[in-house]
Parts: sequence; structure tokens; C-alpha cells
Amino acid sequence: MRRAPLAIFLVLLALGPFVLPEFHVTLLNYIALYALVALGLVLLTGVAGLTSFGQAAFVGLGAYASAWLSTTAALPGWLSWSGGSPWVGLVLGLVLTAVVAWMLGALTLRLSGHYLPLGTIAWGISLYFLFGNLDFLGGHTGITGIPSLHLAGFEIRGSRAFHFPIWLTLLAAMAFTRNLLDSREGRAIRALKGGATMAEAMGVDTARAKMAAFLVAALFAAVSGWLYAHMQRFINPNPFGLNLGIEYLFMAVVGGAVSVWGALLGAGLITILKQWLQDLLPAIFGASGNFEVIVFGIMMVLLLQRAPDGLWPLLMRWVPGAGGGRGRARPAVPQGEPLPRRQAPAHGSDLLVLSKVTKRYGGLVANHDMSFTVRAGEVMALIGPNGAGKSTLFDGISGANPISEGEIRFLGRRIDRLDAREIARLGMSRTFQHVRLLPAMSVLENVALGAHLRGSRGVIAAGLRLERAEERRLLAEAARQIERVGLGASMFEPAGSLALGQQRIVEIARALAADPCLLLLDEPAAGLRYREKQALAELLGKLRSESIGILLVEHDMDFVMGLADRVVVMEFGEKIAEGLPEEVQKDAAVLEAYLGGVAA
Amino acid sequence: MNLQITLLLAQDGITNGAIYALLALALVLVFAVTRVIFIPQGEYVALGALTLASLQAGRTPGTVWLLLGAGALVTVVELAIAARTGKRRRLASVLGWNLAYPAAAALAVATLDVRSLPLAAQVALALILVVPLGPMIYRLAFQPLAHASVLVLLIVAVAVHFALVGLALLFFGAEGSRTQPFSDARFDLGAIAVNGQTLWVVGASLALIVMLYLFFERTIYGKALRATAINRTGARLMGISTVMAGKLSFMLVALIGALSGILVAPLTTIYYDTGFLIGLKGFVAAIVGGLASYPLAAAGALLVGLLESFSSFWASAFKEVIVFTLIIPVLLWRSLATRRVDEDE
Repeated sequence: MRRAPLAIFLVLLALGPFVLPEFHVTLLNYIALYALVALGLVLLTGVAGLTSFGQAAFVGLGAYASAWLSTTAALPGWLSWSGGSPWVGLVLGLVLTAVVAWMLGALTLRLSGHYLPLGTIAWGISLYFLFGNLDFLGGHTGITGIPSLHLAGFEIRGSRAFHFPIWLTLLAAMAFTRNLLDSREGRAIRALKGGATMAEAMGVDTARAKMAAFLVAALFAAVSGWLYAHMQRFINPNPFGLNLGIEYLFMAVVGGAVSVWGALLGAGLITILKQWLQDLLPAIFGASGNFEVIVFGIMMVLLLQRAPDGLWPLLMRWVPGAGGGRGRARPAVPQGEPLPRRQAPAHGSDLLVLSKVTKRYGGLVANHDMSFTVRAGEVMALIGPNGAGKSTLFDGISGANPISEGEIRFLGRRIDRLDAREIARLGMSRTFQHVRLLPAMSVLENVALGAHLRGSRGVIAAGLRLERAEERRLLAEAARQIERVGLGASMFEPAGSLALGQQRIVEIARALAADPCLLLLDEPAAGLRYREKQALAELLGKLRSESIGILLVEHDMDFVMGLADRVVVMEFGEKIAEGLPEEVQKDAAVLEAYLGGVAA
Repeated sequence: MNLQITLLLAQDGITNGAIYALLALALVLVFAVTRVIFIPQGEYVALGALTLASLQAGRTPGTVWLLLGAGALVTVVELAIAARTGKRRRLASVLGWNLAYPAAAALAVATLDVRSLPLAAQVALALILVVPLGPMIYRLAFQPLAHASVLVLLIVAVAVHFALVGLALLFFGAEGSRTQPFSDARFDLGAIAVNGQTLWVVGASLALIVMLYLFFERTIYGKALRATAINRTGARLMGISTVMAGKLSFMLVALIGALSGILVAPLTTIYYDTGFLIGLKGFVAAIVGGLASYPLAAAGALLVGLLESFSSFWASAFKEVIVFTLIIPVLLWRSLATRRVDEDE
């Protein structure tokens, strides 16, 4: 039933070139070519939260590379073997695009989010002028006489013949993107929107995830350009300018940059609207010119103000059975072989050793000379009044915010200069004081993100579904951890729909999915009800018995004193006491800090 | 290339650099205060130049219609909100600025014999027509999205750029215009002749920069803008309206943009879409300053201006390529200077 609209769409699409007039077939081809570029932007903008106005330039690279290769009379020696084949042209275009995109990405992706779009604007303009001024690319007149395609002895020539290769390419790219999003690498890309700190703490290489999204988007654009050049059989710089680059982004945003179908919807709408407005507006205004940009501009502003998720989600609301998933059967709990586990350190051995750790912000000392040890199989509680520097210390230990001085050793290795990601790989996992889940993703997917480092298959394997065996095991592991923390019933709910206390528990499950030997828990009991706290204490007790070390920041003293083996008390960034819970409770300095001199 | 050509190119570069510096300062300002990467900056340049050209040619500038239309739209939006919320206190000011003011300006253009007015009056009239578009566009496009991410605001800015370029084409047509120079004087300085317009451009830019400095250092509104730039929430808690700050910064951007356009209009032919490239060069300069530092942005602007004029001598076809490729080493430098992954806002 749910597949019916898709089946109807595909049948109509297949019939298209046999019944429609030439003009409409061409229009459909253009829609698919544009949608292919917009699809890349769905991944880049809608999913990864980055954006590019320079996609048209990548289209141009794909088009020009093959056009030049297949028409030039003076093929350079190193390419003479290719005989000017468009297929070699495709490879050349893809390689060129990948190199350029990689370089741009390497330059801008480390900077904050707006440098990439600005960089791509500049690059889009540069390349446009370059195409127009290089003689061997035909200058502003462009390249003519580009050959059509030959595949297995058949010639693909003209709009009707190109209909199938173009649409099959688009559908394949859509399937690739969907598969990618529903995989380990896809979760890493989706995690980018939740902020780099969380993703890096889960072991995601955020720079690499951004680069992956950017490269995939650029390569889709290059393929679109290649198809365009060989369908059209002449090219000039105009369709690769910045304006088109902006229109591609509009397509993705209008359609809905959160769904692969949004790209197709947006490309279709904008292409048809443009066609229509280009006839209509000059007639109204009595002058010729690109007046459709006025309508597009205003439409975009209104859309971003009223429906920032685009039109596809709105459309889906009207389709019965497609919206939300309510009323759909609950998916089966993922099953799979357990993943290999890391060697647990011996019970009682030193896991984490802090010596004289100091963190300064300019003149402000947030942590001063903090030293303590956490052992395998013990719960160490870090307590202290608000603002004592506990969370800062957590960020220092986990590498989210490096310490200024001192030394931190984890499993005997010095870690205070390592990235959060590398520390996570060593077997330390954490939760956050302010919950950092991806609210739109299911609980299962959120927890699976924690197991990121326990898988290894890459983007291409994910897009082609070659990593299903590993994926099953990762999801099964996530499901086991969710059951273990007692949230099995909410496994398929969006994480954002859970109560705040439960979201904290999801964070614990996510940390456990990494198979850690040390857990850092930042206020795990906040927002929990009495019974939930009891269940949490029981879970932490069980983890302790499995030789996992736990470092815990918590304000609920009953919870802390009942659970902790040892307690470190902080005030104003310094350690004021350390010892067994009952010792600490009698400590004069601690009473002073908490009760403000009553003991004196 | 001899000394004379070098000096000539340097003069050209400095003239353009002064304009880019103004634009870069405005871009840094508006980004700091509102987090909007204001791509449509260049459209104010074009509007300023084309409006003055129309006035000098004795035509009614299309800006009049733009102003009347934008004012009417703001009025409709504000009335709709007032009807929904029942807050009517500010309606008089809304009607005054968005209906009465544009109508008065239109009336002035229609009744005055603009061509016989002195240049200063013509410039003032052009600014009167263009500058209010700044706050109006802020109200219509950006204010409802004040809390959106930088990325969404950037896309909106690009959309506004699209709409404004289209409107400029509609109201001014595809032909380019040039205005009369502010001064025909020429001064011989050793080997080269410095023309009066160059001095006007550089002088006016410097004066404007000094005025901006004084505005930010000495006036309460300038300080309010700086406070908003440093900490929006904190500024709000101190009673600074972020809407006011947004409108004020957009007004300054429109003022600086239009003035830049008026300054370059005698030197180069301005078309409805010329502003975009000029504005983007301001951007390259602003990025040199990391969208945060005013002095670095100004230095970057000078660099862009010089690079442009010298590359137009050596490789004129690749002028734009060279200028916009400058952004690559700049980004590389910024990228190496930033150690950690930035946390998204």
C-alpha cells in the first residue's frame, strides 16, 4: 500500500518518453539533472547542516572535463589512450571534481559553518570566469560538437534516448543517499547537526564526515554535468554560474532539505515555475529579463519564515499512511551477533590518574591542581557546589576542552593532549550535563552512534548496502544496551519525544554502546523519579561489578552516598576533600562548602 | 611597466580599495550585530548609483516605487500583527516611517526640479530614497528569523539578493548609467595626475570610517550596537532592543552601500547587477578580517583593490578569477590559525 505511489510514479516515468511531446521529455530530463545536484545539497545542507552555493561550478567541471576530452584535437600524451571517450571523460570529471572539492573542503570545513558557503561563492565566480576566458575551453562561446554516448553498441542520442540513463542515474543516486543516511557513516553525518562536541566524543571524525558529505554532493553535481554535456552536445559557461548555484540550493530548500524526495520535488517545482514565469513575467512587465528571480527570492524568504523544512514534509502530511509512522507496525528489534569486546582491565587497577590538572580561561582558574585516581570496578563521585568546576574537569578529561597544565593518564597512557575522538577510542565514554541527543533520530539510532568506533565500513559500502552484516551487529548492540537500561519500549521513538530524565538514560546507553572501560556520567540522575533513580543505581552497581570504572558528577546526595565507593569534593576549582562517603560527610571543609560555615 | 603606470594602477587600486573597505566594514558590522552574512550589500551600491543617475537625468528613479512598495508591505505586516496581538502603541511610528515618509519622499521627487539642484542636494535625495530600504528589508525578511542559524540567515540573504537584483532590473532596465563627477579638478603630483573624483572617494571613505568610529565609541546607539554584537542576550537584559539594533545596523549598511555606489558612479558604469560583484569583493576583504576585525577588513580591502587593478593590467581577462581566488590563501591562513572545530551555534 505504502509503495503504491512510488510504483505509479515509476510506471508514469517509464511511459513518459513514449507518450509525451519532445519538449516535455526534455523538461523532465532537466528536472532529473537538477534534482541530482539538489540531492547532493539535501545531504550537505539538510542533513549535515553545511551548504554550498558553488554546486553549479561542480556541474561545470563534470561537463567541461568530458566535453574537452571528447572534442579536443590535441589530446595530451598521457590521455591519448582514451581516444576521447566520454566514459574516460566521466572519470576525468569525477577525479577533477573530487580533487577540487577536497581542497575547498580542507580549507573551509575546519572553520565555522559560514566559511564553506562563502568559499563556494568565490569559487563559483572564479570558475565561471575561468571557463569563459580559457581558449582551449572555447571561451564564452563554449564547446560544440560534443559526441553522444555509446553504451554496449547502442547510441544514446537526443532527449528521448537520454530519458532512461538520466532518470536511472537519479534514482540510483537517491537510493545511494537513502542507504547512506541509514548507516553508520550516515549517522555520523547526521550527528554533525547535534554539534561537534558530542559527535567527537562518540568517536566520530567530524571533519571527515563533513568532507564525505561535501564530496558526495560535489560528485553528484559532476555526474549531472557530464550527462548534461552529452545530452545537449554543446556547452557554454552560462549554466555553471553562481546564479544557477544559488538556484540549486533553492531547489533543495523548497523541496525540503531533509528528504531525498524533497530534491526531486524542489527541482521539479523550480524548473516548471521558472519555465512558466519566463513566459509570463516579461509579458506582464513589458520588458525582457530574468524577472523570475524576484519571485524565487520572495518565495524563498517566505518559505524559510513559514516552512523551513520545505514542501515535501507538508506534502507527506496529505498522503495517508506516509506521515510520521504512527499506526505503522513496530519494527522488529534488531538481532545480530555480539560485537567483539575490548579486554577489560583487572578489577581494582588504576584506570584514570589525574595529577595537578589545571584549566585556565585567561585569568580565571576553573580547575586548580586537581589530582585523583579512578580504579576499575569502582564508582567515584565528584561532588561540589554549582560552579565548582566539575563539568569543566569532565571536558578536560574527555578531551572536549583540553586542560592547561598537569597530566592525565588513562590506562597508563597520557591523554591530556589527545583529541576527544582518540580518547573515546581508548575506551572512555561520557554523557553530557545538557543532554546532547539528536531529537529527530530514533532512540535506537542515537544509541548506535555510540557504537560508531566498533564499526569500520565506509561511505561507499554504506551507499551500496555492502555493510549490512556489520550494521546489523551495531544495531543489535544498540538494542541490547537500550534493553539493559530499561528503555526497550521506546527504542523506535524519536529521542526528542522522551522525558528529560529518560533522555539522560539514553545518553548512558549510548555511552555503553561504545563498550567503555571508564564511564563519565554528568548528573545522570537529574530529572529522574525515585524508582528510576533506584533502577539507575542498580544498573551502575552492575556495571561496577563488570570491572567498569565510573566517574560521576551528581547533586543528589542520597544517590551519591548510597552508590559511590569514594568521593572527591570540589570547591572553586580545587579539591577540598577525598575519601569514603562517610568520611567526606563528616569533613569540616565539606560541611563549610555545602552549608556555609554552620559547622564552625 | 614603468613608474607612471605603477602609480596609475596604485591610484586605481586605492580608489577601489577605499570603496571595498567601506563595504567590508558594513558587512562586519551587520554580521556582528545580526549574524546575517549580508550578500545583498551590493544591491544598495547599485541602487544608490542608479538612483542618483536617474535624478540627474531628470527621470523618476525606480527606487521611489521600491520604497513605496516596501513601506506598504511593512505596514501590512505590522497592521496584521497589531490586529492579532492588540498592541497598537507603536502604530503611529510604523505608519509615519512606512507610509508617510515614502509618500513625502515621492512627492519631493515629483515636485522639485531635481536637475537644477546642487549636487549635494541630489545626493541627499538619493540617500533619502535608498537608505530606509535597509530597515524595511530587515523588518520583512530577517526580523521574523532573528533566532535562526547563520546558515538559514545566509540563504535568506541570498534570496533577498535575488529579489533585489530582479527588482533593480525591473525598475532601472538593463542599461548602465554613469553620474557626473563630483569634481573635475585634476592635480599634478609629480609624474601622475590625480583626478578629483579619486580624492573625493578616498576622502569620503576616510571621513565615513572616522564617523563610524566616533559613532561606535561615543554615542549611546553605537555602544548599544557593540553590546549586541558582543552578547545578544546580555544586551537584551540591559534593555537594548535587538530589533532596534538590527534595524539600525541594516540602516547603516544601506547608507554605506548607497554612498559607495554614489562615490563610484562617476568612475565606472553601473548596471542593475554590478553591485553584486562589488559587494562580493567587499566580502573577500571582510573574510580577511575573519568577519570580525575592522582594521584587518580595511587592510584586506586595500589588498583586494590593488590586486584587482594590477591584475587588470597583467591579465585583464582573469581579473575576477585572481581576485576571488585570493580567498583561498586567506581561508588557508584562517584555517591554520583555528585549532579546534567550532561548535555550532
